[in-house]
Amino acid sequence: MGYDDDMLSIENLACIKGGRPLFKGVSFNVGAGELFHIEGENGAGKTSLLRILSGLSRPEFGCVLWNGLDIVDSREVYLDQVLYLGHHPAIKDSLTVLENLRFSIRLSGVDVEEAVLQQILSEVSLSERLHLPARFLSQGQRRRLVLAKLWIQRNKPLWILDEPFTALDVNAIALLVNRLEEHLTAGGSIILTSHQPPEVADGFVRSIGLGR
Amino acid sequence: MRVLSTLWYLLIQELTLAFRQQADVFAVIFFFIVAVSLFPLGVGADPHLLKSIGPGVIWVAALLAAMLSLGRLFNDGYADGTLEQLLLIPVPLPLIVLVKLLSHWLTSCFPLLLMSPLLGLQFSLRPDELGVLMISLLLGTPLLSMIGGVGAALTLGVRGAHVLVAVMVLPLYIPVLIFGSGAVTTSAVGMDPQGALSLLGALLVMGVVFIPYVTSKALYISME
Repeated sequence: MGYDDDMLSIENLACIKGGRPLFKGVSFNVGAGELFHIEGENGAGKTSLLRILSGLSRPEFGCVLWNGLDIVDSREVYLDQVLYLGHHPAIKDSLTVLENLRFSIRLSGVDVEEAVLQQILSEVSLSERLHLPARFLSQGQRRRLVLAKLWIQRNKPLWILDEPFTALDVNAIALLVNRLEEHLTAGGSIILTSHQPPEVADGFVRSIGLGR
Repeated sequence: MRVLSTLWYLLIQELTLAFRQQADVFAVIFFFIVAVSLFPLGVGADPHLLKSIGPGVIWVAALLAAMLSLGRLFNDGYADGTLEQLLLIPVPLPLIVLVKLLSHWLTSCFPLLLMSPLLGLQFSLRPDELGVLMISLLLGTPLLSMIGGVGAALTLGVRGAHVLVAVMVLPLYIPVLIFGSGAVTTSAVGMDPQGALSLLGALLVMGVVFIPYVTSKALYISME
């Protein structure tokens, strides 16, 4: 399975929060098979940058282009290609584990069979808790449930992940790194923030520091 | 086609959530019943007086009950991050908002509509007046959900949002209240209620066209 040679270009982006400039003049390209690692201290504007890249908020200045089209103008086309996992787990406490995954995947525009869902949940070791309401999950299990979305095949080429490694145990981190590498090899692109550099095989990773 | 199926799944999810949190749904219905039933106890059992205040009382109670449930509309999703994911669904946001409003109406206003004839009997309304009451609620309560939706979207994440929503939304409910209870009162004096009902219908059409758009703009502003 492969993706087209998609390209996200960020041009001269600036962001102002609470009257204080967070960053300005941020430009970079993310192409097929590339992992872009955004570093920065707390409050440097990593999450703000990711929210702009996902189309959730508008930049003060500059623009984000997906295959040459401004993501504000081609909103639905772009959102169809991008998977954004934010700070909040985005889990409904009163729905079960299985329902949470089913709804979140179907709402992102992907039709998926029940068997596939169960198989994905067993990959992230949640298969014994399929029918447990999500409020009984531990912090790490909640993260696993959120990350389970990454295992859907034929999904979106661009992943934007905000701190994907937090609250995960060693096994889960290895599993996630493995999945990220698979995605990159297939020609997908990833933009992520994390405090430690991701331990993905060399050759994929590029970094940018914010607020320096 | 994929847009429709996505919206369908959203509706199913919202209804499943309401089913899991039944206490919230029943609290609104119970509030409606109790608020309406307090009036005969408070003003005495004079049938003429009750008959003349009945439509207004039922409408005001429906208005307050609808407002009571507005907190559920966007606030839960804002707190747990699912609202963020809703904004990222590859479907035009006004359509998503429309489905959210529809599910709010189905779970908070539609039950009120079903209860209203029973409560109308307390105010000695005649069967034909009860019919007009139900039609006026059928046309008017979707407007309550929609106008409330704008308020709920604008006050997302604001401290004391409940009071703010009430202050913002209640004055905007006034036209709906006037035409809604007006329709029942006109039919009670033997006149044709069609005028007031047509105006409610016109407001409803206008709301369906414009309000999802306005609400989605408000959501973007609040989620910045």
